[in-house]
Amino acid sequence: MIDVQQITKRYGQHTAIDRVTFSVAKGEVLAFLGPNGAGKTTTMRILTCFMPATEGTAKVAGFDCADQPLEVKRRIGYLPETPPVYQELTVSEYLQFVGRLRGLVGDTLTTSMAREVERLGLGPVRHRLIGNLSRGYRQRVGLAQALLHDPPVLILDEPTVGLDPKQIIEIRELIKSLAGSHSVILSTHILPEATAVCQRVVIISGGRIVAEDTPDQLSARLRHSEKVSLTLTRAPQDALARLGQILGVQHVHAGGSPGNFLLECELGRDVREDVAQVAVSNGWGLIELKSISMTLEDVFLQLTRDEDGIARGTELASEPAVTTSSDNRESPA
Amino acid sequence: MTPVNAIIAKELRSYFVSPVVYVVGAVFLLIVGLLAYLYIVFAGAQAIQLMQMQGQAAINLNDLVFRNLFSSIRFVLLIILPILTMRLFAEERKLRTFEFLMTSPIGLNEIVAGKFMSVFLVFLGLLGLTGLVPLVLSLFSDFDWYPVLTGYLGLALLGALFLSVGVFASALTENQIVAAFVSFGLLLVLWLMAGLGSLLGDTAAGQVISYLSFMEHYDHLVRGLVDTKDLVYFFSALVVMLFLTHRVVDSARWQ
Repeated sequence: MIDVQQITKRYGQHTAIDRVTFSVAKGEVLAFLGPNGAGKTTTMRILTCFMPATEGTAKVAGFDCADQPLEVKRRIGYLPETPPVYQELTVSEYLQFVGRLRGLVGDTLTTSMAREVERLGLGPVRHRLIGNLSRGYRQRVGLAQALLHDPPVLILDEPTVGLDPKQIIEIRELIKSLAGSHSVILSTHILPEATAVCQRVVIISGGRIVAEDTPDQLSARLRHSEKVSLTLTRAPQDALARLGQILGVQHVHAGGSPGNFLLECELGRDVREDVAQVAVSNGWGLIELKSISMTLEDVFLQLTRDEDGIARGTELASEPAVTTSSDNRESPA
Repeated sequence: MTPVNAIIAKELRSYFVSPVVYVVGAVFLLIVGLLAYLYIVFAGAQAIQLMQMQGQAAINLNDLVFRNLFSSIRFVLLIILPILTMRLFAEERKLRTFEFLMTSPIGLNEIVAGKFMSVFLVFLGLLGLTGLVPLVLSLFSDFDWYPVLTGYLGLALLGALFLSVGVFASALTENQIVAAFVSFGLLLVLWLMAGLGSLLGDTAAGQVISYLSFMEHYDHLVRGLVDTKDLVYFFSALVVMLFLTHRVVDSARWQ
């Protein structure tokens, strides 16, 4: 449905996005993940024909964004970063206006409005002025606007910002329910959101795509050591050194709280049994021992702190020597 | 309802829920009413004088009231119309609804036309209300309706020109105050070009500059002369300003 080939956008000297290529299949939900200023919004603006790309082509449903913007616009529902609402209109006046702009008339307009009001729970506020609504409701009005003409492609720029946790879950459920019938691109800097609703994640940083995969595979690809967290009530002074002697343990760090340690171990070796044995036989008061898998958050931080993140990640995975995450944080971005 | 009508309806709704139209309208009608009252009183005083001197009074309301009134309304329009137009594009950009509008499946022509039409309708409404002055006056006195009607045609065309300059200024910035000031400035320059033109006299430059100012074209209509040349001036100026607005709005997407 969406096919982006090598698009570049420059503002004078500044390159906002650099040769970005990706595609979204019909019915797929894709997360666009990246820190602020990474180029997420710019990419979305090009896809919605708000601005043209300096180079490259973007196609939506087979129509080129540069050549046939009206055809593209008809097939897209777009929710910008700030919900595009007119404060002086009521919710139903606003939706009516949006529907008419998109050529919905008569019964089609009425049923579409009723459907979105129902879907987004806007019933109680439909006759209130948007200016008097809370941030959460405005966001939902923005979503209703994007869905109103039932477009095959949805582009949502940070759709859950400003919502309370219950609303966030509702919106995520809504997006999940759209998968299959709609192609969705969703930008976010909240990682659990990407894992919760998306089949595929594109990580963008400094205007370039640094990784693209399913959430699970991304963390698997980048995990280059097993990590084990250990908490002792009576840790000896030389605990760091003695834990380090256990076969397979490569590094030991003091954890966040007293008595907590973080062990980095060789890939593919489970050291938990040996660690438990040592701790119990020495009477250190073992109260917690668990293996930590790398979360998408770690992957994200690692990739976006380093331009060549993915190359380096795979490189590191094959090396026995391990860089700790704190080292990564210091490396220049 | 076509997209253009949807935009017109939405803009009219926005105008009438905000206090701006009511305040601007009230001030406009108050000033026009006051001016009309003053000119009528002056005309009455002149009539009494004439009566004392010659024993008869044949005063020409067209000259003494309407021509003066029409030329004064120019000033009033110059001041109030930028207030009506300043929000049209500047507010969309400020409130981030501009992106929404530009990603809607309608052409930029339709957006510009819809916005212009909405404010023009508001203006025509206000202008219509000033029609009370000649209507009331016609109950008590005789005057020639023809120059009054061409004067109203002149006001409508002049208003359209002022509004198109205002829409253009509004597209330049996201600050409404700046938009209003830019349109004041542009309109004053257009106004003063008449003076500059007459200063340069009968030279080619002088004639071009005088032609570009709206002054003489408007004066013709107020005097009851409907000349195609003047109508062409107003329509082409309108088209040029709306075209420039189109270009500016289009380029605003790139920033």
